[in-house]
Amino acid sequence: MANDNKKMISGKELQEKYLRKDMMPHIFCDGCGLGNVIDYTLRAVDRVGLDMDRTVFLSGIGCSSRIPGYIEADALHTTHGRALAFATGVKMSEPDLNVIVFTGDGDCIGIGGNHFIHAARRNLNMTVIVVNNFIYGMTGGQVAPTTPEKDKATTAPYGNIEPPFDISKMAISSGASYVAKWPVFRPHQPISSISEGLENNGFSLIELLSPCPTAYGRRNRYRQLQDLWEFYEKNTILVEDYEKIQKFGSEEEKERADKMIKIGVLHEEEREPLEERYYRLLKELEE
Amino acid sequence: MNLEKVKKVLGPKKQFIHGDTAVCYGALLAGCNFYGGYPITPASEIAEMMASLIPKVGGVNIQMEDELASIAAVIGASWTGAKAMTATSGPGFSLMQENIGFAYMTETPLVLANVQRSGPSTGQPTLGAEGDVMQSRYGSHGDYQAIALSPNTIQETVDLTIKAFNLSEKYRSPVFVMISADIGHMREKVVIPDEIELFERKKPDVPPEEYVPFGEGNYGNIKVPEFAAFGTGYHTYVTGLTHNEYGFPATDDQEDHDRLVRRQIEKITDDREELTDIEERNIEDADVVLLSYGLASRSALGAMSKGRDQGKKIGYLRLKTLWPFPNDPVKELSKKVDKIVVVEMNTGQLYHKVKEFADCEVVLSSKIGGEVHTPDEILKEV
Repeated sequence: MANDNKKMISGKELQEKYLRKDMMPHIFCDGCGLGNVIDYTLRAVDRVGLDMDRTVFLSGIGCSSRIPGYIEADALHTTHGRALAFATGVKMSEPDLNVIVFTGDGDCIGIGGNHFIHAARRNLNMTVIVVNNFIYGMTGGQVAPTTPEKDKATTAPYGNIEPPFDISKMAISSGASYVAKWPVFRPHQPISSISEGLENNGFSLIELLSPCPTAYGRRNRYRQLQDLWEFYEKNTILVEDYEKIQKFGSEEEKERADKMIKIGVLHEEEREPLEERYYRLLKELEE
Repeated sequence: MNLEKVKKVLGPKKQFIHGDTAVCYGALLAGCNFYGGYPITPASEIAEMMASLIPKVGGVNIQMEDELASIAAVIGASWTGAKAMTATSGPGFSLMQENIGFAYMTETPLVLANVQRSGPSTGQPTLGAEGDVMQSRYGSHGDYQAIALSPNTIQETVDLTIKAFNLSEKYRSPVFVMISADIGHMREKVVIPDEIELFERKKPDVPPEEYVPFGEGNYGNIKVPEFAAFGTGYHTYVTGLTHNEYGFPATDDQEDHDRLVRRQIEKITDDREELTDIEERNIEDADVVLLSYGLASRSALGAMSKGRDQGKKIGYLRLKTLWPFPNDPVKELSKKVDKIVVVEMNTGQLYHKVKEFADCEVVLSSKIGGEVHTPDEILKEV
């Protein structure tokens, strides 16, 4: 478990220690949650004490995939949807490197869906941070596989008629050994889960619900950033509370809970990661 | 990787093997220690052979979920310093094109063996063709310079696969080994070479703060930057976006894009002469030259002999390096002869390139459908 008692690093120290100052200013819009995502990830990295000389950040294409550019470390900013396939090559070839992947909802479960389920199945020891903003943000607000039903997008001008994907559920059923989901509006739970993900010996997925006021919020019910934060507050339920309601709640409470997004640490198991299996095989062949 | 250990795994010095196996032998002899693949006829035997052999020399084999992933894994492995390769055939080669472009843009060494079958689409999976020649040059979007080699025997498949690794390391570039399915599945004798000269990508010899990951480098004669593998403390940002020489995005800057892309092309074309690899026969007195490569060149050679027996002054020129194209040798040749017949197993691909540089008559001898030319079919065009 991550050491929660360790003194939290200050924002200024965090910047000094981990960010590439030459890359500033960043490209993210006002109100975007990606600043929070970077902050939480680096705090977790610091808490766990990863060696930045031995850590590789990978990403695909989209707003969240620009994150590795701001971090002072090796990074591979790859093609749309394929980051996990590149990461598989990195981890299999050099298993001692720490691998952290940033991806967005479209990158991860849209164009990259196949790589995502197979990376989870292989349970390689890497931490994947999926920033889910319910929309294709960088391209200007097209409907995503995660866009809630009836919500509007530039390519769903009359409202989305497709059911959305649950990324975390998909990760669990595909074989990920640690899965957590949190909105970004509170820092402690995401930092704690990213830390746990980094310490988990296997495929860790942390899905962060993150506001995109520019491409998603303003076309929907969330004119102000505050409206989006309120949406997360009102429409998410801790998985422990959800389970209690399912056991002891009234029909009405159950129905209400079913419509909410379950958050928390959703799955944990111990399972040998693929790279360990492979290198064990190599040793056996040598004997 | 230890050469003696590889030789021990490969077995007897002389063997009777097919071209797909020859690709694996060449790769392992060159120090390949990462194979990422996906099954496809007629290249599956490469994946099978690598799965069997590469663990025995301490390397990594992984079968990925599709071809997009296999080339991606190869690029990822290459950035950890591995000598990495994949193999495929037409449909898989098409799927790989985007990430091949990524490898050009990020100057990632890798080797890709394309065991060609008839296309387009699923085509004739088990029959040979050489229809991916232009795809190997222009398959990905944007401007770049490809390196592609085309062996015509099983021994040469071993030798040119070793060479492909050396070139990929030297120029920090993808290098294609283009064989036809017939070469892939045909058996001939090979002799495993005793000594192998290997080229390894240069590492930076400056501290991280002075390292320029995407500049002209310090090789001297070629514009290839040194390569700092992930995990060595250099903190390299590698992106498919247009980047400046420090690797940082420069997507709005005309000059940065121009400088980057032109250097990436010139690092190879500046060495065109060095990269040219041709075999000539009977050029001195020839009126007509059969210009060919790969499998079709074996028929061209037969046609030359048959034509000579009939008293025709026929010469033969074979390209072992398809890309970069040997502009000057073709131009020089065209000044000496009346006619060049381009013999290829497609509807005319390298034919157009020959026409671009030849000052004489150029005609095409084309054959598709999975059968090779007969010498008589070629002689009809002489």
